[in-house]
Amino acid sequence: MTALTANAAPSRWRNNRAALRFMRHRLALLGLAMIIFLSLACVLGPHLLPYDSLYIDLRARFAPPLTGYHFLGTDPLGRDLAARLLMAGRISLLVGFFAMVLSTLIGTLVGVIAGYRGGWVGAALMRTVDGFLSFPSIFLLLALAAALKPSPVMITIIIALTSWMEVARIVEAEVRSLREREFVLAGRMLGLSGTHIMFREILPNAMGPIIVASTLTVARAILMEAYISFLGYGIQPPLPSWGNMLNGAQQYLGSAPWLAIIPGAAITIAVTSFNFIGDGLRDALDVRDDHI
Amino acid sequence: MRGFLLNRLSQSLVLLVIVSIIGFGILNLLPGGPLAQFGLDPGMTQQDIERLKGLLGLDRPIWIQYLDWAWRLVRGDWGHSFRDGAPVLEIIGSHLFATLLLMGSSTAIAISIGAWIGIRGATRRYSLFDYLATVGAMVALSVPTFWFGLVGIYIFSLKLGWLPAGNMSEIGDSSILGYLHHLILPSVVLSLVHVAIWSRYMRTATLDAISQDFVKTARAKGLSERRILMKHVVGNALLPMITLAGMQLPSILTGALVTETVFTWPGMGRLFLDSLGYSDYPVVMGLLMFSAILVLLGNLIADIVVAIVDPRIRLA
Repeated sequence: MTALTANAAPSRWRNNRAALRFMRHRLALLGLAMIIFLSLACVLGPHLLPYDSLYIDLRARFAPPLTGYHFLGTDPLGRDLAARLLMAGRISLLVGFFAMVLSTLIGTLVGVIAGYRGGWVGAALMRTVDGFLSFPSIFLLLALAAALKPSPVMITIIIALTSWMEVARIVEAEVRSLREREFVLAGRMLGLSGTHIMFREILPNAMGPIIVASTLTVARAILMEAYISFLGYGIQPPLPSWGNMLNGAQQYLGSAPWLAIIPGAAITIAVTSFNFIGDGLRDALDVRDDHI
Repeated sequence: MRGFLLNRLSQSLVLLVIVSIIGFGILNLLPGGPLAQFGLDPGMTQQDIERLKGLLGLDRPIWIQYLDWAWRLVRGDWGHSFRDGAPVLEIIGSHLFATLLLMGSSTAIAISIGAWIGIRGATRRYSLFDYLATVGAMVALSVPTFWFGLVGIYIFSLKLGWLPAGNMSEIGDSSILGYLHHLILPSVVLSLVHVAIWSRYMRTATLDAISQDFVKTARAKGLSERRILMKHVVGNALLPMITLAGMQLPSILTGALVTETVFTWPGMGRLFLDSLGYSDYPVVMGLLMFSAILVLLGNLIADIVVAIVDPRIRLA
């Protein structure tokens, strides 16, 4: 009975306690600060820099960082690396964010239906999840990217299509364990529809794990975008993304290592930050540790 | 054991069917679908294409086409490369060894270093080492493999000149030492993420085992801490390690593709990208299906090995 009240009424007090626990997680705060800083820099930065990300200055090709007028140096066409990095950050962060939104929606939908309905519908849905998880994600992503025309929207959709399974698994397990609880029975006796019980009564109780999983999905989505853009099948130039800035950087590794090091460092910082935030949220929302 | 085997095998078969349906769906998404090869030929008119569709049975209902395609996969007829007409399975086979070598050596590195970090962190819980290992693992999970590879090449090949920047061997040099020399950097790069995963796993497993009664008993018997750790704690962590190794196969294959690209390593991942570049879809599809089957097989073998060693599982 105590479990019921604790679960049915997520009080304001409980949320405050979660917020407090999050604030005490130093790495999560650091991650949050980094993400806020990166987002602000990517939104405002390009307006403050003297160079446009597409402006070609052939006299200043391969300028190293911290020399001359270019803070982070220039690329093989003499474009300002700082301006490109920030414009690329817009694309990479947006792709990561929207891929997370989309994959969380798909995963939640599949997970709720599979967990609540159970039976052969649930089994079929969960085996489909297993099927998608059997493919190494990069093979699936590249095959899809080759099949469909790579625009930022399409890349977002493709990444979402290959990363919803984790959320589906978490939600399914959570819903399956909540399905037999008294408040669901009460809802059924009140004559509420299955959809209402699934999404309005059960789902809010599974929010903690979903929030944690979706934070980690942002990190994963940014990495995946970087992978396929690095390999030349993601975001297409002249539109910069952190991944495609590294595409071609390998041939200049000896003469212009900053071309490879700087965008990669940006990816690592952004992904690490999201992973830190996810870790803090896991502690704060008291989600049991299924991940390794 | 027989019941367990049958049960586990049927699970794998069901998954194989689902995997093949997903694969078939992607095949039909590819530009030109199964006829892509003929679209490249300027001498082909639309009428020729239509006639070919009839000849190849592509005007039949989609589920019959699927069954036909799946039956050919089962018989080992995976089609022929658009590039040189060689059978797809043969091409994959000739690239398999390089990838397995890379995956094997990086897994060996990942398990040994990861286990050491994890056990040390667990026995010195909340020490500076433990804290740094925890944070380090999260950072390691966030580093893009290809970038780590580029940084590795920059430092160890270009600046220090210790290790080769790519390929599997020098031309004309087929000594084992030469291969090993080329293997070091790519395997270390590929292992980074998995060092992080293994260290997290070993830390949790060791902490779990330390609080068990049999460890108290072992201490009461007067065994040395070292012996308790190696025999009772690590011994108990070993079994789930096999399952975990199987579960990591997809992510190792993903990492291998990227690593092979950076290091021009002649494996399956490199073959996949080359084939994509040439729109050689039979090989692309073949590798997609092959990698998924490899994952299913790996997990199946891992589960069977665990069941052989641990009677609790096969009797449950």
